[in-house]
Amino acid sequence: MTEYLLAETNQVLPSDHAITNTTIFAVFVLITLVVVYRVGSMASSSDYFVAGSTFTGLQNGIALSGDFLSAASFLGIAGAIAVHGYDGFLYSVGFLVAWLVNLLLIAERMRNTGRFTLGDVLSFRMQQRPVRAAAAVSTLAITLVYMIAQMAGAGGLVALLLDIHSGLGQALVIAAVGVVMMIYVLIGGMKGTTWVQIIKAVLLFVSAAVITVFLLGKYGYNFSDLLVDAAENNPNGHSILGPGVEYGKDNTTKLDFISLSLALVLGVGGLPHVLMRFYTVPNAREARRSVAWATWTMALFYICTLVIGYGAGALVGSDAILQAPGGENSAAPLLAYEIGGSVLLGIIAAVAFATILAVVAGLTLTASTSFAHDIFANVLRRGEADSESVVKVARTTALVIGAVSILGGILVNGQNIAFLVGLAFAFAASANLSTLLFSLFWKRFNTTGTLWGIYSGLASCLLLTIFSPVVSGSPDSIFPSVDFAFFPLKNPGIVSIPVSFIFAVIGTFIGKDPSNEQRRAEMEVRALTGIGTRRG
Amino acid sequence: MSNATQSALRGSPRNQPGKARTAFGGIDKSAVRRTATARPEYSGIEQLPEFRELRRKTKLFIFPATAFFLAWYLSYVITAAYAPDFMSEPLVGEINVGMVMGLGQFVTTVALTWLYARFAHRKLDPIVNELRDKVDGER
Repeated sequence: MTEYLLAETNQVLPSDHAITNTTIFAVFVLITLVVVYRVGSMASSSDYFVAGSTFTGLQNGIALSGDFLSAASFLGIAGAIAVHGYDGFLYSVGFLVAWLVNLLLIAERMRNTGRFTLGDVLSFRMQQRPVRAAAAVSTLAITLVYMIAQMAGAGGLVALLLDIHSGLGQALVIAAVGVVMMIYVLIGGMKGTTWVQIIKAVLLFVSAAVITVFLLGKYGYNFSDLLVDAAENNPNGHSILGPGVEYGKDNTTKLDFISLSLALVLGVGGLPHVLMRFYTVPNAREARRSVAWATWTMALFYICTLVIGYGAGALVGSDAILQAPGGENSAAPLLAYEIGGSVLLGIIAAVAFATILAVVAGLTLTASTSFAHDIFANVLRRGEADSESVVKVARTTALVIGAVSILGGILVNGQNIAFLVGLAFAFAASANLSTLLFSLFWKRFNTTGTLWGIYSGLASCLLLTIFSPVVSGSPDSIFPSVDFAFFPLKNPGIVSIPVSFIFAVIGTFIGKDPSNEQRRAEMEVRALTGIGTRRG
Repeated sequence: MSNATQSALRGSPRNQPGKARTAFGGIDKSAVRRTATARPEYSGIEQLPEFRELRRKTKLFIFPATAFFLAWYLSYVITAAYAPDFMSEPLVGEINVGMVMGLGQFVTTVALTWLYARFAHRKLDPIVNELRDKVDGER
């Protein structure tokens, strides 16, 4: 019957199934929400931000991979592999290798020198107010770009379930979904969020594993046969099995690909919501263990996405995927429908939705913590803010960020989420990584260098994105009718990452501010040993 | 230096034990849970031979390891972008060089993670324990 519909309307999901799909989906979302709400309400208010630093390495590791395996990893990569083939797999490789930056250079040192935010670490031995302000600005910017991608993903997913094709309808869906998510975030806290991440990560792994085993079983555990089918059902044919379908057209796209790869591998080390997770464990050793756990689980997961992506291409076909609401991002849910009907579709969609919900919650928390802690309490009130006003500021920040990301999500609706997240990674790698590494490893680094590094990375990334084909000048741009693009690459990383490193160095040598030798020694000793923090 | 950080890093004087704080997760609480009243003498610790050894061993592992995985990753990415025909060369059935190289990245990442965890557990953690005992004993 499905094949008949495919042939007739080139549409995989029969529209009369929308009610069944949505009901199953809604039931699953409700169940997860109730669980989360109960966990959240059992937690004391002091657990709100960093969950009292009580999670073990294993729990936090699964939560870390949960934070990281956002809609981009599941929906975005599967879709990119299904439609563009091997080029989508390169996202998986970059996302995974990037964790070595965290493991080797950042996680333990971050845990030992900070408490709540990235600003804690960056301002440790610098002038407090300007550095905290800069760290908060970059945290807000990165979080916003990341959240826009998640909102677009959530909207596309629900639009697929409800079978909504019109642009206005999808915009309304994104807005409604965004509002639901914000309500949840305002109720939950870091402890609740971490538990959602754990539950959802386990659900996601199980679903991905089941689909993978099913797909392989269908092809007699011969991956090669699955690839043959995937190539047959793709207009690009056999070439999807190697690199180059999306990025191999000319030298510009090749350079764009290198740029994206750089952003992917260097971005994780600067993502505020990932860095903040290192504060939810009691000590540096648990932080190290959590990164190790996250790496094992993600390696397995990304191997599954390779099978799922090509499997979606083989069973659903790339044309049908592109026709569906949500475009490329709908590959995994459509595959679920193809192999398990409405029930599996509902489950997969609910898991994906819980994924986005949990990631959005983590992002919102990170951004509001950063604003309330760094800008409001430390910069505006010079550390004299009372707790109620800090709460109020944090909640207001959450609302504002939610509203802006809903609008942004509507604007970028239809773009591949993995690609949008790649942009967020470019922002993170440009604005945070250089300054974080220099302040941890370079003695001479000072306040001026920190400010130059953050603002140059942020500004170059923002400007190059605005004047790139993502925003204008090509048919799939946000504003396709106008053309003010002069920067040819879609991902600015290859320019903006070196810019921030170079400016951080120049700023350091130009800066006249005396380095604080005592604080520098304290930071070095604490970073390596944790002396001065609680013993674990 | 501005003292604006004090509330974030040192704990505010109002933050007495036993006094219930509902400050949005205790955002104004201390980052430093100190067991003794004296502040550790960080410049002194930095000069200790144990600390120097810890720093040397750490850097001797993490910097070469970082250089290795970045070089390996970039060579993979550049090969994918500029030598797609080589990457599309089939090895077993439809499974080609590119897929094997991609999975090779997975293998090296997992292996390096395991190596570092083992190295840190065996070589770094004992020195850290020794140092912490020494510093705690002096206070």
